[in-house]
Amino acid sequence: MQETSPFDVPYPAISLANVTAGYERLDVLNDLSLAIDAGQLAGIVGPTASGKSTLLRVILGLHPFISGQVHVFNERASNIKAGTIGYVPQLNSVDWTFPVTVEEVIMMGLNAHGRIVPWLSKNERAIIRTLANRLGVEDCLKHSINDTSGGQRQRAFLARALIHNPRLLILDEPTSGVDIKTQHEILHLLNDLNRAGMTIVLTTHDLNAVASHLPWVICFNRGVVAQGRPADIFTNEIMTETYGGDIVIIKHQGHLLIANSTPLNTGRH
Amino acid sequence: MEFLLEPLEYEFFRNALIAAFVTGISNGLIGVYVVLRGMSYVGHGLAHAAIGGAVIGAALNLNFYAGACAVGVLATLTINLITKNNKIKLDAAIGIVTTAIFAFGVAMVSTMKNFRQNFETALFGNILGINDADLMLIGVVGLITLVVMFYSYRSLLFSTFDPEAAQIFGVKQKSVQLVFSLLLTFSIIASLNVIGVTLVAATLIAPAMTARMLTDSFGAMLLYSTIIGATSNVIGMYLSYIFNVASGTTIVLFSALVFVVSMMIKPLRNH
Repeated sequence: MQETSPFDVPYPAISLANVTAGYERLDVLNDLSLAIDAGQLAGIVGPTASGKSTLLRVILGLHPFISGQVHVFNERASNIKAGTIGYVPQLNSVDWTFPVTVEEVIMMGLNAHGRIVPWLSKNERAIIRTLANRLGVEDCLKHSINDTSGGQRQRAFLARALIHNPRLLILDEPTSGVDIKTQHEILHLLNDLNRAGMTIVLTTHDLNAVASHLPWVICFNRGVVAQGRPADIFTNEIMTETYGGDIVIIKHQGHLLIANSTPLNTGRH
Repeated sequence: MEFLLEPLEYEFFRNALIAAFVTGISNGLIGVYVVLRGMSYVGHGLAHAAIGGAVIGAALNLNFYAGACAVGVLATLTINLITKNNKIKLDAAIGIVTTAIFAFGVAMVSTMKNFRQNFETALFGNILGINDADLMLIGVVGLITLVVMFYSYRSLLFSTFDPEAAQIFGVKQKSVQLVFSLLLTFSIIASLNVIGVTLVAATLIAPAMTARMLTDSFGAMLLYSTIIGATSNVIGMYLSYIFNVASGTTIVLFSALVFVVSMMIKPLRNH
């Protein structure tokens, strides 16, 4: 269900106009224009160092851009109220040795609510418990984050991001570092949230997960190569233009399977 | 019991005990963030900058603390400025800024004969010479530290664990960093007469590291570190009195012993 304007026309949740951003003398994003509609569930795919993470960081206001304009729900990205955007970072960017429990991780999300005393109120505790229950981490609330599985960690961070019920949820590589069953569960959960009206944007390297679970895909390599429904976008031409290598697209009974066309030569027969 | 009560008959010991207890609390509390933010070297560096400042202050006929505070804050702001664009890492910035200020202070001391005694006091601490003004300063810094840490608990936790996400969730990362750096600077300066420049870093780090060995919860780590810091300082003071050894050294040696014991307990706890 897409969020619509009063005139029933989809409006952009995220809009970038002629944005140039980069590091030092290297422009990673060059004059980029992109719009993602409110109510969309979009996956951004592209090779390593294609600028996917920089794009997310620009939208989140973490990376300054040299020129252009970035708007989130028609507000300048720099003016967005805390709690409007929920964010789940890449799991491999987190220090897992940090002494923090799952409950404490979820509690961090309450920061924007304004309560500043260290302990949780009854109401806050109830909110955390309900969310943890919904995401299946209620039993490990008191566990150290270091003692949890990849799937539980991803759910704990997702709970932290969802605690404000944000309008926009951004996830950086939510499918990496988890097994295929957890990956499937997370993507189904994101679909449920999207059906409830939340705009969701994620980056991933897992093309098959995108093909089977996401309604919208943006192929990205220093700029938008193409965007649309996976069935329309996952073609040999677009994949080659995005990744620069030969990629095989297999269509079978309405399903898409994406694979590298050059198998690894192991020297064995 | 008598060996506990006997030293309390002396005013200097009572003052010293109060100073050790309060600095143990504030350093134990701040030390948790110092350790978890990977800033263990900062305590050592800022203490050296503060002593350089004290010398510069003395040359300008200022109070010991005024010079130390002014230069300590200046060093903190300079380090923040140098590391702002992520090109230079924190440890490198601390290394150059604080050592340069310390070297400047040492150079000045060599030209000022009347400051040498104060300089040695600041280097190794002089807890037995704590006066009412020192106690007042230590009390005020301890109280400010407790209040700010209490009301910044959530912001500090979030910005220490996941600085980028904290920013997205509304934590004013730069303000939190600045307030924390200033608190750290004031706590170090308040500890200079108690522990001394050369040993103050240990009183920041040892209680926090010991607490880390005992728990995997952030809230519990803060509580344990504060209790361990205050207790180690008080026991260290008594050991100093009993064995007639400099108090800074007994405090640090006892803190180190507690850490070693906690390291031995950890495998048993995990078992």
